[in-house]
Amino acid sequence: MMMTLKVNGRSHTVDVDPTTPLLYVLSDDLGLRGPKFGCGLGQCGSCTAIVGGRAVRSCSTPVSSVGSAEVVTLEGLGTSEKPHPLQKAFIDEQAAQCGFCLSGPILSAKALLDRNPKASDADIKQALSGVLCRCFTHQRMIAAIKKYADGRTA
Amino acid sequence: MKPARRTILKMTPDARAAFVNAGFTRRGFIKSSGALIVTFSAASLAARVGFAQGGPGGAPSGVPVDRLDSWIAIAADGRVTAYTGKCELGQGLFTAQAQLVAEELSIPLSRLTLLQCDTSITPDQGTTSGAQSHPTNFNAGGLALAAASAREALVKLAATRLNVPVEQLVAVDGVVRLTTDPSRSVGYGELVGGRKFEVAIDKNAKRKPSRDWTILGKPVPRLDIPGLVTAEAEFVHNVRVDGMLHGRVVRPPAVGATLISVDEASIAGMPGVVRVVVKNSFVGVVAEKPWQAIQAAGKLAVKWTPGTGLPNQRGSYEYLRTLPSRDTLVVDSGDVEAKLAGAASIIKATYLYPYQMHGSVGSSCAVADVRSDGITIYAASQNVHALRGTTAMVLGRVRDDVRVIFRRGSGCYGINGADTVAFDAALMSQAVGRPVRVQLARKDEMAWENYGLPFVIDQRVGVDASGTIVAWDYEAWSAARGGRPGGGNPGNVATGFVAGFQPGAFAPRTPSPAPTQFVADNNTAPAYVRGRVAGKDGGVGTVQSERALTHRVLSPFFTGPLRAPERLQNTFAHESFLDEIATHVKADPVEYRTRHLTDQRLKDVINAAARTAGWERRLSPKPVSRDRVLTGRGFASQACEVDNSYVAMAADVEVNPSTGAVVVKRLVIAADAGPISNPDGLKNQLEGGAFHGISRTLLEEVTWDDQKVTAVDWRTYHSIPVGGDIPHIEVVLINQPAGKAMGAGETSIVVVGAAIGNAIFDATGVRLREVPFTPERVKAAIAAARTLGTR
Repeated sequence: MMMTLKVNGRSHTVDVDPTTPLLYVLSDDLGLRGPKFGCGLGQCGSCTAIVGGRAVRSCSTPVSSVGSAEVVTLEGLGTSEKPHPLQKAFIDEQAAQCGFCLSGPILSAKALLDRNPKASDADIKQALSGVLCRCFTHQRMIAAIKKYADGRTA
Repeated sequence: MKPARRTILKMTPDARAAFVNAGFTRRGFIKSSGALIVTFSAASLAARVGFAQGGPGGAPSGVPVDRLDSWIAIAADGRVTAYTGKCELGQGLFTAQAQLVAEELSIPLSRLTLLQCDTSITPDQGTTSGAQSHPTNFNAGGLALAAASAREALVKLAATRLNVPVEQLVAVDGVVRLTTDPSRSVGYGELVGGRKFEVAIDKNAKRKPSRDWTILGKPVPRLDIPGLVTAEAEFVHNVRVDGMLHGRVVRPPAVGATLISVDEASIAGMPGVVRVVVKNSFVGVVAEKPWQAIQAAGKLAVKWTPGTGLPNQRGSYEYLRTLPSRDTLVVDSGDVEAKLAGAASIIKATYLYPYQMHGSVGSSCAVADVRSDGITIYAASQNVHALRGTTAMVLGRVRDDVRVIFRRGSGCYGINGADTVAFDAALMSQAVGRPVRVQLARKDEMAWENYGLPFVIDQRVGVDASGTIVAWDYEAWSAARGGRPGGGNPGNVATGFVAGFQPGAFAPRTPSPAPTQFVADNNTAPAYVRGRVAGKDGGVGTVQSERALTHRVLSPFFTGPLRAPERLQNTFAHESFLDEIATHVKADPVEYRTRHLTDQRLKDVINAAARTAGWERRLSPKPVSRDRVLTGRGFASQACEVDNSYVAMAADVEVNPSTGAVVVKRLVIAADAGPISNPDGLKNQLEGGAFHGISRTLLEEVTWDDQKVTAVDWRTYHSIPVGGDIPHIEVVLINQPAGKAMGAGETSIVVVGAAIGNAIFDATGVRLREVPFTPERVKAAIAAARTLGTR
């Protein structure tokens, strides 16, 4: 069926099976590179997108449930020329190895800090408790997120 | 080769970007059709910049590694394109190699394009693995030698052009100029732009001395990270080509199950389904869209034979000892039994290490376009040239038909599903005659990947009255099956096997022949023995009476290299055991290590880690405590493969005796990997490896029932999340500017298991000899010790 999605500030009309997980619409119908299939089970975070202000696992979110909510993916934050401050913090901390998982840590942190700019360290840990990075760049990612959070509240 | 216009229009966006980065516009290329091309014909240049869709397959002749033009090309505007056979896996190698070429060629990084791993355009440098990329490309050969050759060739050309001897010339910032008169200069573009070098690699070309480095050796930020954090970077998972379909595999439900029949009618009428593909026990479904393929594969009715059954996981270590084995003596001084008999005391222990998986966060993906006039494969393979041969075998085609193009994948840490999924995509594309993309289901990745080997290791030493080790006896059993497919064994991975190929042969051999040279690759012998074979000491230790014997048995599961393969399992056993010996003879574990070592670089990292950690000389364990949380410290060290990097680690842990939970609070890592290419990149690898080691030590274990693997997702195979407990990690780098470059991707991970186990012992007095140290195991061990009254 035809449906219209608002993704990264633009409207897109797609013809899809409404049970299709949002991930496939974003990556195949819209050709976005940010959200990636990691497990298809909502267990790792590689497919994370922000939908209506909340970080969701797009691999297990039916596209029909998105409605008119604004969808933001990693490419919706900034570009390598003009990265979003959170992306810039990841660059500054060199907080990546293979980089496959990055939608998880960056967008989970962004959704949290948009909602609660004064989020505690425990809140950040909680928001990333279901996010995996198998290169184990954890230390640098947390440092980048805190740097961004501190920069916003300072 | 098809006309340039058609091929260019079919480039992926990244191929196009590489093309433009290399100094060519589409218009310029089409117009010039060869004339503008610097060092290659129109056709081969198009190939070199990674167009690929729809064109014929591989170049028939390959890329000659002894020719400079295979490695370095210089455009008319002076831009340099370099070609490497070692690829970016997340380890930062792309940036380090770019630094290397820019340094040797004296150009800014911004003027360089580095293309990696494409069978049509890059030299065959084997597998990007095993901490071998630095040894291969940063010493006296490979990419370093090519870049140095190019610089010297440019200087020679400039000498002719400027009519001065080469001794009076220097290459600086993309020009060659007189040392005495910078105004007399000529640019690289002027010297060779528009032409090939047409020379062989000069084996005597001189590397720049490290004291002159301005790019290499510096903490250059990784060139790829801005593209990664903004999702501009293209992974193999993002490759989309015209007319592409999506495939989903249906793997056997049990180990050893084979296909009886497929009922295609069971998915008749499902939307988007294009074809069910069957070859021997390979089953796949191809559909227009990925979600359609997933749903259809889930509904497809497939009949399989029962599996061949699996050994009970409880008791599986003992079972390994009972199987026919291939035996290898790594070292045998012949006097171990006699020395043990005469020792003041004998200490024994057995260590157990489980099957573990690579567990890439993204399941593996490939895109294949199999046509009668050529085959193109996009894969995150660590060895594109080898995959070319095995893909041809799987498809019943010839190697020259196949072109394999590397695209970055999810971090692999060894052989994940990158090769096997390339076969999946190729088989399905061949059947439907259109490009097919396959990304594995999580369970198919996890249940069928090539796991790291399980080990049972028996250790025995004798010590004299002064507490010095006088004899060391090591005997191990490990299980393996398949491995890297290489150029000729597609059956070494799951898809090749179900498609009808057998894994590489297993040939039992007992007894082992006598060793003819000391093999250090697997750190089979501990660092503390001298490793004397054929009159030569291959080890770094003092113990003269030594034996190391391995038994390799056949595994029911596929296995293969997983980050520090075998080295990690062996180091866990050696470094845990060394700690046990130190406790037995009442010695400080750090001092006791250095007492049995001859290698100064290993001693230096040990001392550096101990100093930075504030290591207090005392005996382990600490006095008995009934505190709610116990704390301890542990130490471990290794000379990786004897001479491929040195590492020492001090770990501080907290143990909760009532829950068994272990939290690593602090790790101090000291490492020496030779001359440092990029200090921050090295640090990132050491940190990541150490943390990977914590996860493997505390949580990771492949589980199975009587038919199949049961560790099939992140609820059944555990990995520390980004929001988990993160230790404070401190890294001490020891630079050796004049030394040879060594690998560092495996350096820190090898010592983590023992460092943590030794720290748990220090805290609790309980010795854990089986990985992973799960809360259940830790709790049970502490409870048992308290019941027995030993703690």
